[in-house]
Amino acid sequence: METTKKKLRLVKTNNPSFWTKPLIPVLALVGTFMLTSGLILWAKANPFETYYYFLIAPLGSRVSFLEILVKSTPLMLTGVAVTFAFATGYYNIGAEGQLYAGAIAAAGLGMAMHAVPAILAIPIMIISGFIAGVAWALIPALLKIKLAVDEVVTTLLMNSIMAYIVSALLNGPWRDPNSGWPQSQEISPTAMFFKIVPRSRLNLGFIVALVTVLILWIVMTRTSFGLKMRAVGLGKPAAHFAGINVNKTILIAALISGGIAGIAGVAEVAGIQFHLIGELSPGYGYTGVIIATLGSLNAIGVALASLFFGLLDAGAQTVSRALGVPVYLGEVTQATMLLVTLGMLLLQRYKIRRI
Amino acid sequence: MNVVEMNAITKYFGEMVANDHVDFDLRKGEIHALLGENGAGKTTLMRILYGLYKQDSGGVQINGKAVQINSPKDSIANNIGMVTQHFALVPPMTVAENVILGHTNRFVLDYDAAESSVADAARKYGLDINPRAMVRHLSVGQRQRVEILKALYRNSRVLILDEPTAVLIPQEVDVLFETLRKLVDDGLSVVFISHKLDEVTNITNRITILRDGKSIGTVDTCDMSHNQLAALMIRQASFHVNNKIAEIKKSRSLLNIKSLSALDDQGLPALRDINLTVHTGEILGIAGVSGNGQKQLAETLCGVRNCTEGEIKLDGITLNGKTAGEFTTSGMGRIPEDRLEGVVGELTVQENLALEHLYQFSNKGFLNHKAIQKHANELIVQYQIKARPGDRIRTLSGGNVQKVLLARVLSTQPKIVIAPQPTRGLDVGAADYVRQQLLEQRNRGAGVILISEDLDEILALSDRIAVMYEGKIVGVLDASEANPERLGLLMSGAVKEM
Amino acid sequence: MEVFFINLIAATFRVSTPILLAAIGETFTERAGILNLGIEGIMFFGAFVGFFAADLSGSLWFGLFLAVISGVLSGLLMGLFSVSLGVNQHVSGLGITVLLTGLSLFGFRLQYGGRSTPPSIEPFQQINPFANIPILSTITQQYLLTYITFLVIVPLAGWILYRTRYGLHIRAVGDNPEAVDAAGVNVYAIRYSTLAIGGGLIAAGGAFLSLAQLGAFSHGIVSGRGWVAIAIVIFGNWIPLKVMFGALIFGGTYALQLRLQAMGLKLPIPYETFLALPYVVTIIALVVAGRNASYPAALLKPYRRE
Repeated sequence: METTKKKLRLVKTNNPSFWTKPLIPVLALVGTFMLTSGLILWAKANPFETYYYFLIAPLGSRVSFLEILVKSTPLMLTGVAVTFAFATGYYNIGAEGQLYAGAIAAAGLGMAMHAVPAILAIPIMIISGFIAGVAWALIPALLKIKLAVDEVVTTLLMNSIMAYIVSALLNGPWRDPNSGWPQSQEISPTAMFFKIVPRSRLNLGFIVALVTVLILWIVMTRTSFGLKMRAVGLGKPAAHFAGINVNKTILIAALISGGIAGIAGVAEVAGIQFHLIGELSPGYGYTGVIIATLGSLNAIGVALASLFFGLLDAGAQTVSRALGVPVYLGEVTQATMLLVTLGMLLLQRYKIRRI
Repeated sequence: MNVVEMNAITKYFGEMVANDHVDFDLRKGEIHALLGENGAGKTTLMRILYGLYKQDSGGVQINGKAVQINSPKDSIANNIGMVTQHFALVPPMTVAENVILGHTNRFVLDYDAAESSVADAARKYGLDINPRAMVRHLSVGQRQRVEILKALYRNSRVLILDEPTAVLIPQEVDVLFETLRKLVDDGLSVVFISHKLDEVTNITNRITILRDGKSIGTVDTCDMSHNQLAALMIRQASFHVNNKIAEIKKSRSLLNIKSLSALDDQGLPALRDINLTVHTGEILGIAGVSGNGQKQLAETLCGVRNCTEGEIKLDGITLNGKTAGEFTTSGMGRIPEDRLEGVVGELTVQENLALEHLYQFSNKGFLNHKAIQKHANELIVQYQIKARPGDRIRTLSGGNVQKVLLARVLSTQPKIVIAPQPTRGLDVGAADYVRQQLLEQRNRGAGVILISEDLDEILALSDRIAVMYEGKIVGVLDASEANPERLGLLMSGAVKEM
Repeated sequence: MEVFFINLIAATFRVSTPILLAAIGETFTERAGILNLGIEGIMFFGAFVGFFAADLSGSLWFGLFLAVISGVLSGLLMGLFSVSLGVNQHVSGLGITVLLTGLSLFGFRLQYGGRSTPPSIEPFQQINPFANIPILSTITQQYLLTYITFLVIVPLAGWILYRTRYGLHIRAVGDNPEAVDAAGVNVYAIRYSTLAIGGGLIAAGGAFLSLAQLGAFSHGIVSGRGWVAIAIVIFGNWIPLKVMFGALIFGGTYALQLRLQAMGLKLPIPYETFLALPYVVTIIALVVAGRNASYPAALLKPYRRE
């Protein structure tokens, strides 16, 4: 048989070239900042100066560096929460509502625990926040596995319902009469998370977040439940075939997810605000979905993504103060980065071959 | 006069070549078979002609004119129609809607006109179809007629049929062949993709044989015998396995299935009053046209599907009502029918191998990675799996995935091995390997249930053969009494032997 | 009591309008197999763009026009990810919601950030074709957009889906894209076009909030109405007329809450109960209707030939 001329062509592959992995985040970063510079120009600011304040300045001082860790705390918690659910193929988009469920539990108990010493009060706060998140996640999870009601829609609707519950509490029984704003009274000092670094806002919540990352890592890589979760998430029929109880696995993962999102609410109430307020979360639950995706549902990835998003949140405030560029630059940048990365991941599915 | 000419067609999928410089021509008014084993490249070649794939090199001529076919739109414009193996029908729509889909110039639909013109076409081509019927309510044979009608309604002069008889019972095959002969008399040209020799010699004028993506040649049907064709189509004699072992040891009954009934996913009866016994050291073959309840039988026997009535008793223990996991631990081993539904592609070989027996590899919920890896390494050697423990399953070939599944099931020494369609889509070497493993299971004393649509495979391996038809067992024969003709009669539901 | 009910009916049509527009838009995209979770963000973006453009140009209709254009573009962006790139629709849709929410807030802060009072515009006027008939006139006192939505867009959507070639293609693409491809119809073009139509309708729903109902823009202007629209589409079994009834059920409970609040009754339960009630009703409706829901078979599945 004659040999034909070989051509270079793009072929689909299951084994991406080794160099695509590190290249993707770099290209995604460059692409994101090119896209968002349009907004910066709209705000009549210099993009290079803006990016200095956005990305470099926050790393420059001790105070602002610690603020990055503060900002990343709720993101890390919701990112871990979402990862537990998504890894099992359960699309929990209700971390926002579950976060507030935890916050309500923390505020309610926190206000009532003036007589309880910190050594007891703080664990009670965390555990009850977890339980509250589990309870709020239980309804859509049961609807999903018992009645096959789509969890995406129900978890989203539960977020809206929770927003009204918080509003009802703050305009009604929990309203602090001495405050002009709808907010609850301050929680007991014994229930407040202690500071890790004095004269900063960095508190126990960050350590709790790191612990949940560690738990996520252990569960996913070291336990048989983690392997079951991944099997269910990646191939339901095969998992079912191998004798894994698919519904039970989904239920447990969904509840753990809700519980950890609840802890995010505790961390915000007990570590930062000390009150329940309606604006506790500017959408941490939704950002958690972005973080879980960018971290490719992997503990280390989630930790890195949430630290980077913490930098973006802190940096957006610096930019806003220094240059008057609206603080929402952070949110836009985060979403753009997600979309650009999703596009980039497709690069991994192809490689150039001579055939 | 050639209506279609395909010259030196080459098509790659990734790095695998599916068609390697294939030549093909189709004359006006002939039925031309594309014959070859699974994976020989028949379907790929015709999907290129129909515009569903784009060739990497090579050219196509229609009626002597070179044409570029980039999508089905182009092939339809050239009066080519194709009935794919998985029907391209929209189940929740009516026959008429399906037929006019993509073939109506009116923006506003006139349903009455469409229905009557579809009815006219159906009458004209002798296809018995109600244009108002919802496709989802039609039988497989009726759906195929809708597909053919669809092609003819678009004035196709070339009709490509991809394995059209795979889903039909013999009577429906007869009807189909009658229709095809009539259409050819009217000047239609037909490409008939098949791997079944008797059909090919029965209906076609010429045969082009494909093997491993290459064309072996085109011959006139009347010049060829079955043996000659088989020799061309198959690289080597297919069955290297040897069934006849010295002596079947004194066997006892192992699995007793009594009056078993079950429903399918739509809630319709799929199994009706099934009674079967499997003994130690025997292979029970289950023959039948696909879609007669074989899939549901396999699922029910391994606990993935619940039965509505009856009893499954393994070695004296009643299993029905228990979970799939308990079926497995009781000694029921099953190779999944759809390989990709049996493994998790994104997990590694070692994880997939451990998945079914996680309790053996974990301590207080924590995985013993060393044991998992050791287990995987042992099985990789024992079952000749060409992969490393850490490779993701989706990077493996079909044969190696099947070996992983075999290894996972057989390593636990199950009392019963359920093997539905275990060699479907495998190359010859891998298929032989699987058959050999099944025989070894029998020889060590296990009972094997082999479900297959391949009668040759059933006849070569089984000690006894049961035939399924419409969810029932219509006959159980001893291997020594069975032959293709007898089985064929049973499979068609024409006779019943108990 | 009679006045109460008549007012309630009138308000029901009013508050159902934006959700119905969005739900009809989502019906188109889901019928073609794409779940557009960008819906909440596209509504918000439509509300902002409509307000901003109307404020700058002084023309409400120009504001509405630009809002629809922005929705069409947002729909096409969703198409880039869900159709061309074939990535997870949940994640890309949510990403688009976060992006458009952020963009709107960025623009709003930039343009109106320094003001002490929230900016507002003179909204659309209501019309009344039956102003002389006593009881009916209360109900027919509505925005032109409400009339268009209920009397034109819903029937038109049903007609397109069930009586035209384009609708046939949409329904087929959402159920079996292979069949449509094999019939020589461009699957991608159908999906992109429904995302464009859907995006335009969704954004129009958002613009109704800022240009008609409120005459202003605020952070909480959409507050989950997009998610409700998605639930209503399932409840309505992807059929425009049934989707309309779903929207009226939601609108009815919402209007009830508004009427009760407006009456200033001292109720033993907080008024938020009534605000949350429509969402609870929607979940219950979903459970009841969801059992017979016939999801488009190809929903969430990207189409690839090889």
